Amino acid sequence: MKKKNQWKAWLYLLPTLLIIAVFTVWPIINTIRMSLLKNYDSLREIGGASFEFGFANFVSVAKYKGFLNCLGNTMILCVVTVPISTMLALVIAVALNSIKFVRKTLQTIFFLPYVTNSIAIGMVFMAMFTMIGYAPGHEPASVGIINSIIEAFGGTRINWVNAGSGKLENMVVLVIYIVWNALPFKILVLLGGLQSVNKQYYDAAKVDGTSRFRTFWRITVPLLSPMIAYVVITGFIGGFKEYSSIVGIFGDGMGPAGAAGSLNTMVGFIYDNLDTNQGRASAAALILFVIIFVVTMINMWVSKKKVHY
Amino acid sequence: MTDNINEKEIAPESQEGIATESKVMKKRDVDKVSKKQVAVKVLVQIGLYTFLVIMALIVLFPFYWMIISSLKSLEEYNAAVPTLWPQQFKWSNYSAAFDADGLNLGRLFLNTCIVGIVSTLLSLVVTVLAAYAFARLEFKGKNIMFAALLATMMIPGELFTITNYLTVSAFQWKNTFTVLIVPFLVSVFYIYLLRQNFLQIPNELYLAAKVDGTSDLKYLWKVMIPLSAPTLISITILKMMGAWNSYIWPRLVANDMAHRLITVGLRGATFTDPLTNMTDYPAQMAAVVIVTIPLLLVFLFFRKYIMRGVSRSGIKG
Repeated sequence: MKKKNQWKAWLYLLPTLLIIAVFTVWPIINTIRMSLLKNYDSLREIGGASFEFGFANFVSVAKYKGFLNCLGNTMILCVVTVPISTMLALVIAVALNSIKFVRKTLQTIFFLPYVTNSIAIGMVFMAMFTMIGYAPGHEPASVGIINSIIEAFGGTRINWVNAGSGKLENMVVLVIYIVWNALPFKILVLLGGLQSVNKQYYDAAKVDGTSRFRTFWRITVPLLSPMIAYVVITGFIGGFKEYSSIVGIFGDGMGPAGAAGSLNTMVGFIYDNLDTNQGRASAAALILFVIIFVVTMINMWVSKKKVHY
Repeated sequence: MTDNINEKEIAPESQEGIATESKVMKKRDVDKVSKKQVAVKVLVQIGLYTFLVIMALIVLFPFYWMIISSLKSLEEYNAAVPTLWPQQFKWSNYSAAFDADGLNLGRLFLNTCIVGIVSTLLSLVVTVLAAYAFARLEFKGKNIMFAALLATMMIPGELFTITNYLTVSAFQWKNTFTVLIVPFLVSVFYIYLLRQNFLQIPNELYLAAKVDGTSDLKYLWKVMIPLSAPTLISITILKMMGAWNSYIWPRLVANDMAHRLITVGLRGATFTDPLTNMTDYPAQMAAVVIVTIPLLLVFLFFRKYIMRGVSRSGIKG
């Protein structure tokens, strides 16, 4: 019976193991191999070319045009969007947790951005921020809804995403979109955490006459810290892989008209090199992996010190 | 009943009537404080609702803008002062979306449904079998293998994509449905999720079934699967959503009309008004609505399962 179970178990696992072997294990080995072969290109390898072994790809990747830009963009987006979305989600979750009437409805509304297609809604954000019929030095037919709102409040219109727009403006639009997109998951997790917090702590604080602000910082945040750590870590991991929200807004040119690639990210860099220089793409992918790994470790280390269990 | 309650309520009042003046004073102070507390509470609630409603409106605004834009005429959309409600509902934008250059929405729907349904079904079979083996069967190296599988979850998918691109090219799978289905059949996370669920089912049931001479497969089908239905539903919905939203891999390996998926088609299409040569945003927004609405409907019907699955996974799609 035992023996029979042995081969039976392997039979049950066979499809999983086959797919994992081909599409997960082999890629890990092969990516490391390719990253160590200078300017590796599989087509040329089939043609009989050989490649110099060493760390040349890692050196050249840093010098390659656009890489530092991609790395910088990715870092900026991560460092800006994760704290904003976490804080905002925390405040919304706490607010949702302290109301009763229409809470379910509001909860559903706040979850809606999650069940959308990030490319499709990116196109909506583009439509909201764009100036219609605009060319540099040419008056647009319409300044777009966001600029109209700004003008209604007495501001002046801003070139957010059109040709000739500045990187700061582009980044602001991206940050708004990424935060909008990231809120639902964070609210869901934090609200789930809040609902399992023991009410006694709050009753004690009430008896002591502790102010709401103090209660928030001294009770809510520490008790929620495991969930906060979780959304921050997953937020950073997602942030370092940011790609499709930029494609959604700016198209696969990864930048406003006339400045293609200006908003490219690490993942975008990997895909740009995928076809012709797998050595460089692999080196970039490994660098990305190391960055994500190190940042996750730092996050875990910080949360181990700060998280209250 | 009512009389009883009234008596109880009146009782303290009548006591109060014979209380000394100082006691009455104290009572007044308490009243003041509690009135103040009530006022603060009401103010806080008003503040909370104001904040939440404003945030909800901001969250909803893109959806609102998408829908009303999809119903405006091009002239109205391009007007210098944007209107907040269409002057006239132009439903023909939706037919224009179906006719847009190189979009072919019907075909995209069909492709996406084929890939979504087939990959979900196959993936459920593979996941159930693996989760069952890890939860119920005994074999050498089980724990090590399970740990190794979990470890692969830490690696970003982009690291696999480069080699997988070369692999599927070598297999001559480019521009087939196979390339969109097979590489993603195994999700370690779903195996993990289902295994945890299977482990909660008492072992006694399994042993009893064994005594009765029930085969493993029959036990799996008749007992384990029905008992894990909620998790299986969560996996199904998330997997279907994944097919609907997938963009990077399909664009890379299956970007011909016969196999293109809906998101790739939507991003690649150009919506140009033939008369003015300007971007036809209303038609584009109509296409965006067509792509977005099915997901929102699925969400409204399966809210519980989606939110449950998502809160445990932390991944989109």
